[in-house]
Amino acid sequence: MPVLTPAKSSWFSGETLWIVLVIVAAYGIVPLAGSDYLLDAVLTPFLALSLAAVGLNVLTGYAGQVSLGSAAFLAVGAYAAYNLHLRVPALPLLIDLVLAGGVAAAIGIVFGLPSLRLRGFYLAVSTLAAQFFVQWALTKFSWFSNDNPSGVIDAPVLSIAGSAFTSAAERYVFSLTIVVVLTLLTLRLLRSQSGRNFIAVRDHEIAAKVIGVPLLRTKLLAFAISSFLIGVAGVLWAFAYLRTVEPAGFNLDRSFQILFIIIIGGLASLRGSFIGAAFIVVFPLLLSRVGAALLGSVFDSGVLEMSQRIVIGALIIVFLIAEPRGLIALWDRAFAAVRPAKRPA
Amino acid sequence: MFDYQFFLEVLIGGLLSGVMYSLVAIGFVLIYKTSGVLNFAQGAMLLFAALTFVSLVERGAPFVAALAATLVIMIALGIATERLVLRPLVNQPPITLFMATLGLSYVIEGAAQLLWGTQVHGLDIGISDTPFEASGVLISRFDLFAAAVAGSLVALFALFFRYTRTGLSFRAVADDQFAALAVGLRLPRVWAAVWTVAGIVALVGGLLWGARLGVQFSLSLVVLKALPVLVLGGFDSITGAIIGGLLVGAIEKLAEVYVGPSFGGGIEAWAAYVAALALLLIRPSGLFGQKLVERV
Amino acid sequence: MNMMRRLKVTMAAALAVGLANTFTAHADEQFFPLQSYRVGPYAAGGTGFFGGFIDYLNLINIRDGGVNGVKLTWDEGETQYEVERGVEVYERLKSRPGIAAWNPLSVGIAYAMIDRITKDKVPLITINHGRTDSTDGRVFPYVFPLLLNPYSETSGIVNYIASKEGGADKLKGKKIVVLYHGSPYGKETIPIYKRLADKYGFEVEQIEVPHPGNEQQSQWLSIRRAKPDYVVLRGWGVMNPVALKTAQKVGFPADHIIGNVWSNSEEDVIPAGDAAKGYIAITTQASGADYSVLQEVIKTVYGANKGNLDDKKRIGSVYHNLGIVNGILNVEAVRIAQAKFGKRTLTGDEVRWGFEHLQLDPARVEALGAKGLFHSINVTWDNHEGDGRVTFQQWDGSKWKVVSDWIAPDWASLRPIIEKSSAAYAKEHNIKIRTSGDEPVSQ
Repeated sequence: MPVLTPAKSSWFSGETLWIVLVIVAAYGIVPLAGSDYLLDAVLTPFLALSLAAVGLNVLTGYAGQVSLGSAAFLAVGAYAAYNLHLRVPALPLLIDLVLAGGVAAAIGIVFGLPSLRLRGFYLAVSTLAAQFFVQWALTKFSWFSNDNPSGVIDAPVLSIAGSAFTSAAERYVFSLTIVVVLTLLTLRLLRSQSGRNFIAVRDHEIAAKVIGVPLLRTKLLAFAISSFLIGVAGVLWAFAYLRTVEPAGFNLDRSFQILFIIIIGGLASLRGSFIGAAFIVVFPLLLSRVGAALLGSVFDSGVLEMSQRIVIGALIIVFLIAEPRGLIALWDRAFAAVRPAKRPA
Repeated sequence: MFDYQFFLEVLIGGLLSGVMYSLVAIGFVLIYKTSGVLNFAQGAMLLFAALTFVSLVERGAPFVAALAATLVIMIALGIATERLVLRPLVNQPPITLFMATLGLSYVIEGAAQLLWGTQVHGLDIGISDTPFEASGVLISRFDLFAAAVAGSLVALFALFFRYTRTGLSFRAVADDQFAALAVGLRLPRVWAAVWTVAGIVALVGGLLWGARLGVQFSLSLVVLKALPVLVLGGFDSITGAIIGGLLVGAIEKLAEVYVGPSFGGGIEAWAAYVAALALLLIRPSGLFGQKLVERV
Repeated sequence: MNMMRRLKVTMAAALAVGLANTFTAHADEQFFPLQSYRVGPYAAGGTGFFGGFIDYLNLINIRDGGVNGVKLTWDEGETQYEVERGVEVYERLKSRPGIAAWNPLSVGIAYAMIDRITKDKVPLITINHGRTDSTDGRVFPYVFPLLLNPYSETSGIVNYIASKEGGADKLKGKKIVVLYHGSPYGKETIPIYKRLADKYGFEVEQIEVPHPGNEQQSQWLSIRRAKPDYVVLRGWGVMNPVALKTAQKVGFPADHIIGNVWSNSEEDVIPAGDAAKGYIAITTQASGADYSVLQEVIKTVYGANKGNLDDKKRIGSVYHNLGIVNGILNVEAVRIAQAKFGKRTLTGDEVRWGFEHLQLDPARVEALGAKGLFHSINVTWDNHEGDGRVTFQQWDGSKWKVVSDWIAPDWASLRPIIEKSSAAYAKEHNIKIRTSGDEPVSQ
């Protein structure tokens, strides 16, 4: 496990400046300049998956507990928010969002309990229990989908204090705000004592215990925070992006996708989560566009798609070989080359 | 009145299905034991083997020739995997290796369908699946045959590990990689051999599962049936894979029939995982797994 | 973040390339965006259906020079049957000019599109599948579950069993097991089977098979113990051949298993080998290539080497013929709309009008060369299903053979259930219920 401890960096480093610039551009330029396609089909899912990846990174990257059940917590968040909105109409949407995250966190704690006894792949595989159980329960009990015969839920219109977010740009800004706020809060948490406890547990569990890190609390806290973030990401996925969801959409492939994001982006790096998500969301689209434009007249779309699957798989392997610490390591090296004096966080 | 005969039927059916799970789980165990990799591409390899075999047969190749050709291809695939994927990733954390095998499964699935198309195929390996009755209990001929194949495969492995040089070096590497290196074993060679064996297991599993399900994309999903087996039996024990498979098969069938109705049915998908979890809380490395704990 | 921006710039460039290639629609073209799936677990169905659809569009272009001179164009976006990929394709292609209709052939994708296409005023065709209550055109002006919705299918199957037994009164005391896929799709008909069981006095037991359905030992042992007269298979994907194989394993006869509309293709029976011999399944369109429209496709399209199927043996297969029928219905809707609005590129809303007047009686179906392929359709502004008839086919080990007449489901008794559900949807979404087909559609 590469040790990428988040060191305290000064607030006015070049890195921070860049992040501020990106956020300003994300608010100021993208919603005005981006097409509906870019906002609705690329950036909104990118934001939701980034947040999910941030969540999983807290658990896997920082606290060292592998989970293959992320999609289950996306589903819990989405369905919890839907039911809260439906059954307690008095609650404002933002409260629904937070409570949905809370429900996901509670379920996360339950499925995190085995982490007290299990390590490594034994834990990873047991998190699959969450994956299958949640999908089964949401399909089985039609109460969760308000007895819709098809088990599909329709998301309500996003609205805060009377103003609705209905256009692609508005939904994007809504997601962006949630993601930015939660990411900053997560960053704060990771730099607190709890964050250091996570890393201690990850790097050496017994040593952590010896120096007085409460293992039980730390691990469950990691599961809770992680599930909370993933749950909120699920709300964004369901309410801001797809707007109708069914349990089948939260399958194991989605869990693997989120795991890919943090491994490709870089474990224990929140920026890595974003870069990884950008890669996983954008790259396949790019590949299929370019493939279709260049070779579409030669091969049929089935052959193209299959070739893309091979290319994506191969590229993942190549990335893991070339830079096992993820895209963020490449990024940091490039950054260090430009600004040799600074050590990026 | 408890229907004892029906109970027996469910139990036997479950045990026989369990053997099929074991068959997939063994492929995982072999690789995990020697190189510490949870090879998620096992399912894709299964699909690839079955698809290659059935496509060759459909193109007019005789059964034995198709089998031999597929075997050669699977061995080549195993060696290539070791050379191109695992060797460059030596000493990386297990989670990285796991993700690499996921990437590998994309490549293999894509290649299999690119080569042979996305059509579904039937696969007849000459065993009829009409049941026979033994004192009122229905037993499937095909499942018995599959169990016999799996049993002989395990027996072969046992002999191989005990009496051949390569087998002994497998065990040495599994016990202690550094010690094995120190006494002059060539790790890459052992790994290539073990991936070859995994390829053979994939071929056998692919043919038997292919005959059960038809040869199609969903074949790669059988890995999900093997994972709880691994947890129950331990990731690094072949005995564990067998016993675990039998247990999972029996538990999920009995649970579906006797517990399922009170939940509205369909609990098979997670019953095995819950059972495995319950066991793990008592024995954190499975029934037969080594106590040595792997940190991810 | 430099890299992200660079990615975006590259992507924009790639998009520009793609658009430059495709933004060539003139005033006399009608565009069909296709959310196809040729990869992944359901690729076999996707290649057949979209192959048939494209083959028919090609036939109209080559043989007739389009619909009244309006050329038909299309573009495919791969979805792998995944909802978010379907949405991505929708967002990508929705701004193309002259879109006639969307035909995703995926329940999940269709659901995610309902709000979007209603806002964009373009029809969404969900032939043989989709949301049952979208049959009610008063609430869902742009959604068309043509020919068959899940409730009609259920009723059609029960009517067929009744005809086999010699009349609806003979259903009394019979026992039917429904083996359904553990998904919202599979569960959708549970209340309808219960209702029909009450109505006709048969006993029904509904058993779930967890997704993906590659293990069914316990379910079939339960079935064996229950000793039903018939088993209805409401399956999907690998679940179907495994059901047939496991049925053989427990000694249940295949000719008493009746498959629903997603368990009725060659892909569902071929993997089961001999175990599938005698198995019966419902369909809205007969299989085989004997129909004159199929012969024309073979001659005109495949003859010109423009056929979409790689494997010509699949011409006339269940999914290919469903694609052909889907092509006929789309093209005829465009033709009917052109008769009202003029022989030019139509807007989505105009094509919607065409679908709402898509009335093809058996004589017209025969004129289209599809006599025997499908029966008829009669879509109106408030009935978007169009009263499709169903028939039953039996697998003889190598091909499907039709074994029944065209059977009519009991639409009248289903309509109140549908209206109850659509009324709830209208209330939840603040939709004004239409009161006639002539008024402009409001939202």
